[in-house]
Amino acid sequence: MAIGLGSYLTVAALLFTIGVFGIFLNRKNIIVILMSIELILLGVNINFVAFSAYLHDLAGQVMAMFVLTVAAAEAAIGLAILVVYFRNRGSIAVEDVNVMKG
Amino acid sequence: MNIQADLYVLSPELILAVGALVLLLVGAMRGDRSTGLLCWLSIALIVASAYMSLVVGDESAFRGAFVMDGFARFTKAVILWSSVGCVLMAEHYFRVEKSTRFELPILILLATLGMSLMVSANNFIALYMGLELQSLALYVLAAFKRDSVRSSEAGLKYFVLGSLSSGMMLYGISLIYGFAGTMDFVGVAHAVAVGGVGVGIIFGIVFLIAGLAFKISAVPFHMWTPDVYEGAPTPVTAYLATASKVASFALVLRALLVPFPTAVHEWQQIIIFISVLSMGLGAFAAIGQTNIKRLMAYSSIGHMGYALLGLAAGTQLGVRGMLFYMAFYALTNLGVFACVQAMRRDGQAVEDIADLAGLARTRPRHAFALATMMLSLSGLPPLAGILAKSFVFLAAIQAHLYLLAAFGVLTSVVGAYYYLRIVKTMYFDEPAPAFDTNMGWGLTAIATIGTAFSLLFVINAGGLLEAANIAAQALIK
Repeated sequence: MAIGLGSYLTVAALLFTIGVFGIFLNRKNIIVILMSIELILLGVNINFVAFSAYLHDLAGQVMAMFVLTVAAAEAAIGLAILVVYFRNRGSIAVEDVNVMKG
Repeated sequence: MNIQADLYVLSPELILAVGALVLLLVGAMRGDRSTGLLCWLSIALIVASAYMSLVVGDESAFRGAFVMDGFARFTKAVILWSSVGCVLMAEHYFRVEKSTRFELPILILLATLGMSLMVSANNFIALYMGLELQSLALYVLAAFKRDSVRSSEAGLKYFVLGSLSSGMMLYGISLIYGFAGTMDFVGVAHAVAVGGVGVGIIFGIVFLIAGLAFKISAVPFHMWTPDVYEGAPTPVTAYLATASKVASFALVLRALLVPFPTAVHEWQQIIIFISVLSMGLGAFAAIGQTNIKRLMAYSSIGHMGYALLGLAAGTQLGVRGMLFYMAFYALTNLGVFACVQAMRRDGQAVEDIADLAGLARTRPRHAFALATMMLSLSGLPPLAGILAKSFVFLAAIQAHLYLLAAFGVLTSVVGAYYYLRIVKTMYFDEPAPAFDTNMGWGLTAIATIGTAFSLLFVINAGGLLEAANIAAQALIK
């Protein structure tokens, strides 16, 4: 039995949703947020590649390559900001990110 | 269609890209003592880029993925002017803080390059790459004062919410690509016109707008704005408030009007919704603020709501009003932030509204500039703000959005309260100790231009209006 487009889209939608929930429901650690962001981007990539194969159009796969590159850059910058933040605050717990409020 | 012709169309961006890399080399070799030199070289590069974007005619490059038209030219002019202003502010910032890091002008150059690509993008791949180039540079800029808790927290918050918004936008793009079968704006427009607006396309548009609304900090995606504005160094806050907002707005305009002209009714409802919420929150949440940068954050949320009125109208008149609004907003806000950066006492930056007390007696020109621009932002006639507001309200009325326009007028009356409160603090309260006098000519020039624009614009509004008109015509035929 061949796996159709719908199955791929469902997996991608699930990954995307898990990623979004991971950002909003996570009360522990900022590293988990970084992982959730990766999950969102990779879920989107499944979408792009699945549509690309389905449409016989290469643009989706080109986009997937770009998204991978950007995801790598984003992770690097995110971790760098996190290190800077940890040096100042001494903690990377989500509930401690509250110096500014209002 | 040869590569040389394409590269010529891309020359404003190439100047910025190659220039930024060369400056990075210079900075890496000579270290932080080259910061002043790098600031001036960055300004020269931005001016060169602005000149080239005026010289290159209406053309498209790389199979239509990149276009240079009146719209791109108008927004690029505003963005590049804001960038020059922010580099000038950064130069002053380094001098008074006595700590220099040469990366800041280079990061501003890279972010400007991203914005410049964004406003010319005519394809979802180009759009995404431009947006990410801008965002990645801005995350670092927000956390730039790396020994300060506030700045690094601002960077962290901006990074998390910005990445989430990019992810949502990307999911929308993937759905639009899948259901329209192409990444090209014109191709999508054709596919939607022929095949109709299906559920997949609507889902895609919703995610796309949600992602873009984060970037323009429209309610309900505004949570990051006050914290990032407060925590980031003032030149960076000014950059986020002006260039980044204008570029993101231009992106919203092009990404909705070019691919989805036949789906106006579908996206119009969402835009009206976020416009109403932004205007309301911007008017009420700013009232209780004590920090002036936080107050400006809420003010910018409100202004985004007013500008979105023009898009909600979905007409050429609306787009013209909106572009005009963004130009007014960027020029005035740049001046306001120059005045905010000049708020220093005994070598320390102060940011509370209470610190402005009695400024009219201690620093009358500083107070006059800030008061004029605040009144202009509040929409008091005969300053520039009233013209900008009336154009978007007019467009909304012509599109039969009467309630929306009435709501806009009401919230701008409420919003006038907190602008007037600042003027009252400066002119009628007992003076606080005077500010330092090292404003420097860079900040003075930016503040003067902002004030002069607010004061004198009504006398001769023709030039900018005509430019906005040409820009709007390029987008809506």
